[in-house]
Amino acid sequence: MTLIDTLQASLKTVVSYRIRSLLIILAMALGVAAVIVLTALGDGARRYVIKQFSSIGTNLLVVLPGRAETSGAFLGSVLGQTPRDLTLKDAQLLGRLPQVRRYAPLNVGAAELSAANRLREVTVLGSTANLIPIRHMKLAQGGFLTQGSERGAQIVLGAKIAQEFFPRSQVVGQRVRLGDSRFLVSGVLASQGESMGFNTDEIVIIPIDYAQAMFNTTSLFRILVEANSPGEIESAKKAILETLRQSHDGEEDSTVITQDAILSTFDRILNALTLAVAGIAAISLIVAGILVMNVMLVAVSQRTSEIGLLKAIGATSTDIRRLFFAEAVWLSLVGALLGFVLGQFGSLLLRLAYPQLPAWAPAWASIAGIVVALVTGILASMLPASKAARLDAVQALGKK
Amino acid sequence: MIRLIDVTRTFHMGDQAVYALNNINLQIAAGEYVSIMGPSGSGKSTLLNLIGLLDKPDSGLYELDDKAITDLSETEQARIRREKIGFVFQSFHLIPRLTAAENIELPLILSGMPSAQRQQRVANALQAFELSARAHHRPAELSGGQRQRVAIARATIMQPSVILADEPTGNLDHQIGAEVMLLLENLHHSGTTLIVVTHDRELGARAHRQIGMRDGKILTDQHDTD
Ligand SMILES: Nc1ncnc2c1ncn2[C@@H]1O[C@H](COP(=O)(O)OP(=O)(O)OP(=O)(O)O)[C@@H](O)[C@H]1O
Ligand SMILES: [Mg+2]
Repeated sequence: MTLIDTLQASLKTVVSYRIRSLLIILAMALGVAAVIVLTALGDGARRYVIKQFSSIGTNLLVVLPGRAETSGAFLGSVLGQTPRDLTLKDAQLLGRLPQVRRYAPLNVGAAELSAANRLREVTVLGSTANLIPIRHMKLAQGGFLTQGSERGAQIVLGAKIAQEFFPRSQVVGQRVRLGDSRFLVSGVLASQGESMGFNTDEIVIIPIDYAQAMFNTTSLFRILVEANSPGEIESAKKAILETLRQSHDGEEDSTVITQDAILSTFDRILNALTLAVAGIAAISLIVAGILVMNVMLVAVSQRTSEIGLLKAIGATSTDIRRLFFAEAVWLSLVGALLGFVLGQFGSLLLRLAYPQLPAWAPAWASIAGIVVALVTGILASMLPASKAARLDAVQALGKK
Repeated sequence: MIRLIDVTRTFHMGDQAVYALNNINLQIAAGEYVSIMGPSGSGKSTLLNLIGLLDKPDSGLYELDDKAITDLSETEQARIRREKIGFVFQSFHLIPRLTAAENIELPLILSGMPSAQRQQRVANALQAFELSARAHHRPAELSGGQRQRVAIARATIMQPSVILADEPTGNLDHQIGAEVMLLLENLHHSGTTLIVVTHDRELGARAHRQIGMRDGKILTDQHDTD
């Protein structure tokens, strides 16, 4: 019996047992579709987080006071030491490092903003002009501490705040009161919405000196540093730590977090999550495989007399094994392909429902889903097929 | 040429042995027309299955066309069944989901014949057995006589040298049964060896050689003298 005839004959059988075949194909298809949709969801979430995180800066390093290691902090507290604060002087030292393109010191606080008979509490960032490019913020109007006005009492308003306070008039040039001080609005941030839980539409930015005076502090909350290139991030990190150690009398009391490290941590965690979810979905494929085995075993006992007849008219055991095997392969193959289509369709629906989420199933997931479906189908059909092939012809013919 | 020497086939039911065939010696020449008769359980079907290579003797020798069958591999035996032997059963054994034409085509498919050639042969067979109008009907849509005609067409499509029929008229009324026997006898006239198991004395008497069996043994073996 030729291969093509075997495939054709088994396809005919699959088609003639319509309902049975549809049910198995559906079970297979749902398993494959589940793998594809769930990995699309997982990978989409991963890409969404990475994109959000990448959007906050390029080659970014964040310097914060205090040691990250618990042991160091523990020793410090035992010896009655507190980590030394970061200061503007530290920030300036970092700015001189050759690996550093630019830096921005940062203070954060809250204050009341009042203007045009309105009053509300806002989040205040104190920084320098470099904050805008380092944090990938964009100004919709005006500027911030541009050349020649570095020491002015300027304020940049978030898009939503500008809209709230000055819905109709020109915003740049307006005077506002923040806490007890008066500021001149020099710019408005372009609306960016929320990113990493921080809504830049509802902040205001003022020069670092004014922020430190307002919050009555000489220390910095963070120093944001942008390295020249991705290749210099690591050496920048070392140089920063070394500079701060010297500046702090040899104490290693600062921590540098690189955007890279955070990105790759997120990447790892979300990849692992995607894999785990895909694995759970793959279990449904194993279940579908068991279903195939069950159905094929029933088929063998239903068609026992037919198998006897085939032997009587000259089919070899191999012919019969292949016929049943091919039948299972058809079921799994059609199921897998239908599942692929369903999965892609499901991912499309996800993307339509959540446009921010790039829910594309990675190629490996689609391929793995189809391959696992085929392999379980094929494995599951081996036992029934060889059972059919081993049947005794005379006894099989005698079965009704 | 069929030759059985000291052939025994035993079935074990629990610890009791049933001698379905008990020391059979038999020789059937090419082109003979043989009927096998005997009471139920006398071993007729077992003998036929053995001649048709569906079953194996426990002891003894079976030669088909001077070749010892017992030593052949499973694949070679399947090949002989395909090319030299045609089975006709009491219950037709048609595949219910296939049409008459597709049932007849099965042995050709198993032999690996190309499709175009197959269609030609099947069309000829349908015509020869007056089934052309029923070619695309399934067995359930056919009468008993038509079903047996499909089964005979299937058994002869490979032009075998031996036709083995196990009570081919058992499920048919007298009239239709006689027509089916005529078809089988036509095959015999064109040179095929025909072996028919039957309970019907009248039908059995039409064969040129009549074998009577009882308890797994050949009791009588009569040749017509015409
Ligand atoms: N698979 C089997 N297992 C056990 N005993 C069997 C088996 N096949 C046949 N026999 C026994 O062998 C003997 C001969 O059986 P066989 O089918 O050849 O009889 P038969 O002459 O064809 O009978 P019938 O006219 O009823 O068809 C019987 O006693 C039967 O019970
Ligand atoms: Mg019988």
